[in-house]
Amino acid sequence: MQGPIAATVITFFTAATTVAAQAQRTDAIIGLQLEPPHLDPTSAAAGAIDQVLYANVFEGLTRFGPDGSVQPGLAASWTISDDGLSYTFQLREGVTFHDGTAFEASDVVFSLDRARAEDSTNAQKALFAGIEDVEALDDTSVRIDLATPQGNFLFNLAWGDAVMVARESIEDIKNQPIGTGAFRFEQWRRGDQISLSRNADYWGEATSLEAATFKFISEPTAAYAAMLAGDIDAFYSYPAPENLAQFERDPRFTVLSGNTEGETILAINNQQSPFDDIRVRKAVSHAIDRQAIIDGAMFGYGTPIGSHFAPHNPDYVDLTANAAFDPALARELLAQAGYREGFSTTLKLPPPSYARRGGEIIAAQLREVGIEAEISFLEWAQWLEQVFRGYDYGLTIVSHTEPMDINIYARPDYYFQYDNPDFQALIETLAVESDPAARSALLAQAQTTIAEDFVNGYLFQLALTSVVDAKLQGIWKDAPTQAVDLTGVRWAD
Amino acid sequence: MSARLLIGLGLSGLFVTAGLVSLLWTPHDVANLNIAAKFAPASAEYLLGTDHFGRDILSMIMVGARTSIAVALLAVGIGMLGGVPLGLLAAAARGSLLDDVVMRFNDMVFAFPALLIAIMITAIVGPSAVNAIVAIGIFNIPVFARLVRAGALPLWTLDFVLSARVSGKGAARISVQHILPNLTNLLIVQGTIQFSLGILAEAGLSFVGLGAQPPTASWGRMMAESQTMISFAPHLALIPGLAILLTVLGLNLTGDGLRDALDPKSRSGSQQGSGRAEL
Repeated sequence: MQGPIAATVITFFTAATTVAAQAQRTDAIIGLQLEPPHLDPTSAAAGAIDQVLYANVFEGLTRFGPDGSVQPGLAASWTISDDGLSYTFQLREGVTFHDGTAFEASDVVFSLDRARAEDSTNAQKALFAGIEDVEALDDTSVRIDLATPQGNFLFNLAWGDAVMVARESIEDIKNQPIGTGAFRFEQWRRGDQISLSRNADYWGEATSLEAATFKFISEPTAAYAAMLAGDIDAFYSYPAPENLAQFERDPRFTVLSGNTEGETILAINNQQSPFDDIRVRKAVSHAIDRQAIIDGAMFGYGTPIGSHFAPHNPDYVDLTANAAFDPALARELLAQAGYREGFSTTLKLPPPSYARRGGEIIAAQLREVGIEAEISFLEWAQWLEQVFRGYDYGLTIVSHTEPMDINIYARPDYYFQYDNPDFQALIETLAVESDPAARSALLAQAQTTIAEDFVNGYLFQLALTSVVDAKLQGIWKDAPTQAVDLTGVRWAD
Repeated sequence: MSARLLIGLGLSGLFVTAGLVSLLWTPHDVANLNIAAKFAPASAEYLLGTDHFGRDILSMIMVGARTSIAVALLAVGIGMLGGVPLGLLAAAARGSLLDDVVMRFNDMVFAFPALLIAIMITAIVGPSAVNAIVAIGIFNIPVFARLVRAGALPLWTLDFVLSARVSGKGAARISVQHILPNLTNLLIVQGTIQFSLGILAEAGLSFVGLGAQPPTASWGRMMAESQTMISFAPHLALIPGLAILLTVLGLNLTGDGLRDALDPKSRSGSQQGSGRAEL
């Protein structure tokens, strides 16, 4: 009697699973390495906030497309006055926030005034520094006046730090983000996941996904296991490049390899002796074999860079030859600077594998020319405290993932403490220049200046490698900004 | 000499020798990375192959043995230096308030997990091998204090101690001249076992990044670093794992063998509790 019963049971289960497999899935679970500290993109630098919320829950007047181009967002169109000082935005009609309140010109005024206010905690206040006045002309048009013309203004408004928020819901935005996006925020299980659901009242095209979950897995081994087990459908920015070859061979998965805005640098404390001597910094740059770092730390994923600029940007100048791998020259430079016997310094490394592994390789390369770099592994909080805010370091490795961030070199109090008035003047000129050819020339000059001053060791452009279920389509290959835009993501039939 | 002791001495001797040799010579320099030669299979040049940085695994194991043994040895040293006098003191002052204070203090130290203290020390002064030594060493103190007190108490009632007291010797001199020499066997056996536990603890601390920092090779960190590569290069994790296993096994066998050889009471073959304490 046992045989037939078992057979029936098996048939039953087979039938059940077949039905389940045929039904089109309408949810997606996305793995991320870092969990946001809170959910307000307009008051923190943490990229994890934008990864979850940008374009999904919050939108700005303009937005970044998958290729990094600036596209209309909540502003359907705009006109710029002839002197370049006044922008008039025509807002989309019928847009509502997730709490049902209407999105109007007054919300734009509120959002921008809040971001540029004296007591604002916006992490990128420089984006709004040039704004003189924001005025609602009527319910659907806004005029923004600038103090000086800004070549980058529409680009600046596309950042996650410039998204539109509402006065009604600002109080609890850190826990209950209310935006205008295609997804509404559902629930945040701290330490585990954030879930979103489709916004039925969205002004634009409805999303294919009905629900989406961001799951936070910081351990590379756990990410690997979760991906193989099918617990997550896509791991955005997969943290262990050593496993990618295996995923590539597996037909169940697709590996997306794209560009990020992440210039990975060996940051040098320019004010600390002996790094205040340009010959020493130059020696460090020449002692580094970038290709060995890319192969050893990133398993081949990454593009060498010679300055703080993304290679996929049209204004990129290839300066890698400026600091070619040349240990003999490095030793000679050290001898000229009075360090024939070398010297000791610290190399403080944050958690990502590019930093930890890259650091071990760099320490070995520096040892070859006589520089003894004492490695210490730091958690992010320690790194921010000691290195970023405390300037207590000799060398560190970090990837700067903000787009077009060469202007950080014009901030003498930034953690690498590069103080060059000529460069600061150059960035000021650039900020008000709107002619594309002139901008291009200025950007080239900026890249060359910091490369020839050997401010930092420029290593490689971080590759964005995501592992995605082969049937899930629409995950961005490149990362023009910190965002996991799910509005165009769908399951293939 | 029992077979157990022979095997134990052979295994631990192998790794101690490897560690000692690494001070003078290793097949390759572990501080030198050779990315082009990463994941090389076992060959005449690299007897155990190379890791993800192209470092020779055999050399890493040798240097790792040195790290583990140095950390564990120093930690046992701290434990003995701190624990033995405390135990002798408590035994000499048996039954008094001093005895109670000393032993309850020991209980208190026992109550803290070593890992927790190691994390605390790291948070204050940063991770290093020295901190691992201190963290493991502190937790060896109560082990030796208890052992010595328990061993010394019955000795105090014996006639030769009594005669020493009658001849006017103070408690301190009796402890050092008469009690301690009679505890040597006990200390050697327990020291061996604490040594093996120290090696395990060092591996554990290095695994979570609180032990010796790179470029110093350590078995625990070798395992931690190869976690994500276990699917295509399992030997990167297996080899250091095996090294830890064999060393600890060797030291435990040595400890048991030594106890049988040195302690006439257990020579009959009765398996009493070995008195080892969890670190």
